[in-house]
Amino acid sequence: MNYLENRKYVIQAIFVVVGIVFALRLFYIQVVDSSYKQAAETNAIKTVIQYPFRGLIYDRNGKLLVENTPVYDLMVVPKEAREPDTLRLAKLLGLPFEDVRERLKKARSYSPVKPSIFYQKLTTQDIAHIQDNLIDFPGFYINARTARGYSHSSLSHALGYIAEISPKQLEDTAYAGYRPGDYIGKSGIELEYEKYLMGQRGVKHIMVNVRGIEKGPFKDGAYDTLSVAGKNLYSTIDLELQKYGEYLMNGAKGSVVAIEPSTGEVLAYISAPFYDPNLFTGKDYGKNYMQLLTDPNKTMFNRPIMASSNPPGSIFKLAHALIALQEGVVTPNTGYPCNQALVTCSHAHPAPTDMTIAIKTSCNPYFYQLFRASINQGKSSNPFKDTAIGLAEWRKQITTFGFGTTLGIDLPNEKQGIVASPAMYNKIYGENRWKFSTIYSLSIGQGELGVTPLQMANFMAIIANRGYYIKPHIVRAVGEKGKPLREYQKRNYASVESKHYAPVVDGMAAVVSSGTGRNASLAHLGIEVCGKTGTAENPQGKDHAVFVAFAPKENPKIAIAVYVENAGFGAQSAAPIAGLMMEKYLTDSVSTKVKWKEKWVLSRQYLNID
Amino acid sequence: MPVEQTIPKYKIATRSSKRTSRNIFNNLDWVTVLLYFLLVALGWMNIYAVVYSPDNVVNIFSFDINSGKQLLWIGTSVILITMLLAVDYKIFEHLAYPIYGFIILLLLFTLAVASPIAGSRSWLDLGGGVRLQPAELAKFATALAASKFLNGANLRHQNMKDQMILAVITLLPPAIIILQNETGSALVFGAFILAYFREGMSPLILIIGGSAAAIFILTLLVPKLYLISGIIVLMGAAIWLDYRLMRRIKSMVALLLLIVGMIFSVDYFINDVLQPHQQNRIKALISPEADPLGYGWNVTQSKIAIGSGGLFGKGFLDGTQTKFDFVPEQSTDFIFCTIGEEHGWIGSTVLIVLFLLLMTRIVSIAERQKSVFARTYGYCVASIIFFHFLVNIGMTIGLAPVVGIPLPFFSYGGSSLWSFTILLYILLAIDANRAQDLSR
Repeated sequence: MNYLENRKYVIQAIFVVVGIVFALRLFYIQVVDSSYKQAAETNAIKTVIQYPFRGLIYDRNGKLLVENTPVYDLMVVPKEAREPDTLRLAKLLGLPFEDVRERLKKARSYSPVKPSIFYQKLTTQDIAHIQDNLIDFPGFYINARTARGYSHSSLSHALGYIAEISPKQLEDTAYAGYRPGDYIGKSGIELEYEKYLMGQRGVKHIMVNVRGIEKGPFKDGAYDTLSVAGKNLYSTIDLELQKYGEYLMNGAKGSVVAIEPSTGEVLAYISAPFYDPNLFTGKDYGKNYMQLLTDPNKTMFNRPIMASSNPPGSIFKLAHALIALQEGVVTPNTGYPCNQALVTCSHAHPAPTDMTIAIKTSCNPYFYQLFRASINQGKSSNPFKDTAIGLAEWRKQITTFGFGTTLGIDLPNEKQGIVASPAMYNKIYGENRWKFSTIYSLSIGQGELGVTPLQMANFMAIIANRGYYIKPHIVRAVGEKGKPLREYQKRNYASVESKHYAPVVDGMAAVVSSGTGRNASLAHLGIEVCGKTGTAENPQGKDHAVFVAFAPKENPKIAIAVYVENAGFGAQSAAPIAGLMMEKYLTDSVSTKVKWKEKWVLSRQYLNID
Repeated sequence: MPVEQTIPKYKIATRSSKRTSRNIFNNLDWVTVLLYFLLVALGWMNIYAVVYSPDNVVNIFSFDINSGKQLLWIGTSVILITMLLAVDYKIFEHLAYPIYGFIILLLLFTLAVASPIAGSRSWLDLGGGVRLQPAELAKFATALAASKFLNGANLRHQNMKDQMILAVITLLPPAIIILQNETGSALVFGAFILAYFREGMSPLILIIGGSAAAIFILTLLVPKLYLISGIIVLMGAAIWLDYRLMRRIKSMVALLLLIVGMIFSVDYFINDVLQPHQQNRIKALISPEADPLGYGWNVTQSKIAIGSGGLFGKGFLDGTQTKFDFVPEQSTDFIFCTIGEEHGWIGSTVLIVLFLLLMTRIVSIAERQKSVFARTYGYCVASIIFFHFLVNIGMTIGLAPVVGIPLPFFSYGGSSLWSFTILLYILLAIDANRAQDLSR
C-alpha cells in the first residue's frame, strides 16, 4: 500500500507545478511584456453621458413655469489647443487677457487630454459670432446642453434654481450618481423634486484608441442605455395670480400666500423682494447670486416659510376664540367689558357684548379675559400651577392648527415658528414663578409667538374648511397623470370641532363688511369676504402689517395671508392687497371700480403713515 | 417492496446521526471551510467589479445585477452546507448508486426535453426563471459512484472486468453531456484519472494521457515539420546519451511513427471532425492575433485585460478592460481576467496560492480517511477542482483552449457554485465523521 500512498506526492506535485507555470506565465504577460498594456490603452471604452431633459414645470392652468433652453459651453482640449492666440481669444469672448490665460491653465491642470469647460453658458448670439472664428482655434469646440429658461420673471423663491453640484454634495453618498459638473436642484421645487425632475441619464459606450479618436460604438451600442427625460411637474400655482401679486408687492417687503382651502393647493407664493429666476440661468449666474446674497433687503430669504420669528398679532385672537369655545369656557354669546385697565385697546368701539362683536372690533381686553378663562380653569388652586396646566393644554390645541410645527409643504427649509410652552417660561422665570399676568400678551398674539406667513394662510384654510386642513403643497402632480402625494390628500383635523366656527366666521365677515378690513371687501361683486387684520409688533422698527382672509364666506375658494413688513396697521396695506388678489383669482380680473386701491397700494404711501 | 426494507435501516441511521451531530462542529475541517468562504467572497466581489460602472453605480446587493444574484446563490449554498452536514454522512455511501442512477436519468431527460440555449441542450427549466444544469450535478454523483465501486474493487490486480465497469461509470455521464453539446463539462470527467492513479491505476495511462495532451497542444502551436524534426532530434539525443536504447530501436521507431500519426490525425481531427465553434476555440489558442475581432476575441481581450494589470493591478473596481463584457462571459468563465486586471500579478498569484492550498488540503484530508470510498471521493474532489483550475485559468492566459468551464467557487452562477459546494461538503461531512469509521 505504501508505494501507492507515495503517489499523493506525485499528485500534489502536479498541482504545484501547474500553479508555478501559471504564476510564471502571468509574470511574463503582466510584468515583463508591456505590449498588453499598450493594447489595453488602445481599446479603451469612453463612456459618454447622455443627459436627459429635465422635467418641465407647469402652473395649475397648464402654463409653462419652467422650461429648458439650449445653452452652449466652449470646451477645450488643452493638448490639441497647444498655444492658442490668447489675445484674439480674449477679444472674441470679451474677456480680459489674463482671465483667458488663467482659464487655459486651469483646464491644463485638470487634464491635458480630456475636454474641460473653457467658458460656460454662451448665448445663441455669442455662438453665431464665435463659431466662425473657432476654425483658427484647434482643440476648442462648442458643446450644447440645456439650461433652465423662464418666459416670465415670477415665483423665483418657490421654483428655486439649479446649479452645478457642489464638491461637498459630491462627497455625500446620497448623491452617488452625480459627477462633477452635473446640475442639481439647489432650492425650491427644483431641490424638493430633484429625483423626479432629473430623469435618468443614459450612457453611451464608444471605443477609442490611444489618442482618443473615436472608433465607433462599442458592440453596436449593446451596452448603451438611453436617457429618460425627467418627469414634468404640475404646480398648484396660478401664474396670473402670482404675477398680479408680485405686481402689487413690487417694492415692498413681505409675503403673500394664497391657498385653495378644499385641497391645500398653494395658489400664490410671494416673497418680496423677489428676483427674476432668469438671473440664475445665464453666464452671470455667479455674479448675480453673490449680489442677491449680500442684498440688505434679504432678497434670497424665502419669507413665506422662513420668516418665523414674527408674532402673528391680532389674527391669533381667532384661534383663542375657537379654543375657548372648544374648552367650553365661553359661549358665542359671552361678553366681557372693554376694561382698559387690563390691556389697552387701540381705539374706541362698541361694547363687546358677544364674540362676533369682539372679533369685529378686535377688542384687546375682551380677548385678555377670554384667554384667561381658557388658561386659568381652576384645575389647580395654585394660580402658578393652574396657568402651567392651562398653557400646556392650550398649546396642545394650538399646534393642531399647524402653529409651532412645520406644515410639511413640498419646499425645502420650512421653519416651524414658535409657540409659547410651559417649559419655555420655566426656563425664563423658573418653575411656578410665572402666571397669567406674566404671559397675557399671548392673548393678543404678541409675546413668545412666531408664525410663518404659510402658517397664517393655512390657519385661514382651517377656518374656511371649518376645522381641517390639507397640508399646503405647491406641486399637485408628478407626471402627466400623476396624483398628489398621499400626505397631500389627507385631511388634518384641528382640535376645535366644526360646530364652533360659526361665531368666529361671522365676526370675520363683520371685520370686512364694517370693521377694520373694509379695504378687502368684495361687496361690489356680491362676494362676502371673511378676514382679520393684525399688527405684529416689531422691536427693530415699524410694526408689520398682517391681513388674513378667505372668500367666499360659504364654500370658500381662496384663503390668503398677506404680510407686509414695516407697514404698520394691517388695514391700510395688507387688506387691500388681499382684496385685490382674491378678486383677481375669483373673477380672473380686477374691476375698474377698485383700480384706486391698486393705485394706493402701488404708491406705497402706507409705508409713511404712522 | 424495497421501500419497506429500507425504512428500518434509516431509523437506525437517524439515531446514530443524533450522536454524531454534536461532534460535527468540532471535527469539521475549518481550514477548508475558511478557504471555501474566502474564495466565494472574493469571487463575489469580483463579480461586482465586472458589472460596476462609475457612471451608473448600482449597489452591490442589488438583485438587478449579478453580484446581488450571486449573494442569493451564496445564501442558498450555506443552506445546502447545513443540510449536508446535518444528514447522516453514511447516506452518501449508501445512496451513491441511486444518486448516480438518478442523475443519469436526469441527464437523459434533459437531453430529451431541453430547448437549446446557445446551441447547448443542457439546461433544465425549473420554471420561474430558475434553470438547472444537471451536467454540473453529474460530477459529484459520478465521484460518489466511482468511489463506492472502488471500495469493493481493486485496480491494481489486472482485473479487466472491474476496470471496464469503472470506465463505464466514469464515461457514461460525459457521453450524454457531449450529446447535450457541453463538451467543456464533459472534459472535466478526464480529471478522474488522477484519483484512479492514486488508487493503483497504471501510471502509464497518466503518462500517455499527459503526453498525448502535450503533443496535441504542441501540434497546434508548432509547425508539423519542426515538431517531427524536434522529436527525432530528441530521440537521437536520448540514444546518444544512453546507447542501450539502441536495442529498443524498433519500439523507438514505432513510438515515433505513433507520434507522427497522432500529429497528422490532430490536424485531421481539428479540420474535419470538430464543429466550427470548437475549431475556432482551438484556432484561437494557436493564433489569436489572426482574427482579433472574431474567434480570437476572447483570448486576445482576456490576455490584454490580464496583461494590463501589471504587478499590482489597477485597483478594485478600477479596471477598464473587464467591464461590460469586453471579454465575453466576463463574470462566469473569464472571471480570472478581473483579478488579473484589477489586482495584478500579486492578486493573481494570491488566488493561485489559495487554490493550491485548497487542493493540497483536500489531498491530505483524503489521505487521512479510513475507507477507500472516502479517500477516493476526496481525490475525485481534488481532481475535479484541479481540472477546472487548470483549464479555466489556462485559457485566460492562452495556455489552454477556450473551454467554457467555470472557476470553482469563484465564477458567477448558481449551478456551478451549488455543485462545487455539494462536491466539497460531502467530503467534509464524511471527514468530520471519520472517527466513527474505525469499525471498517
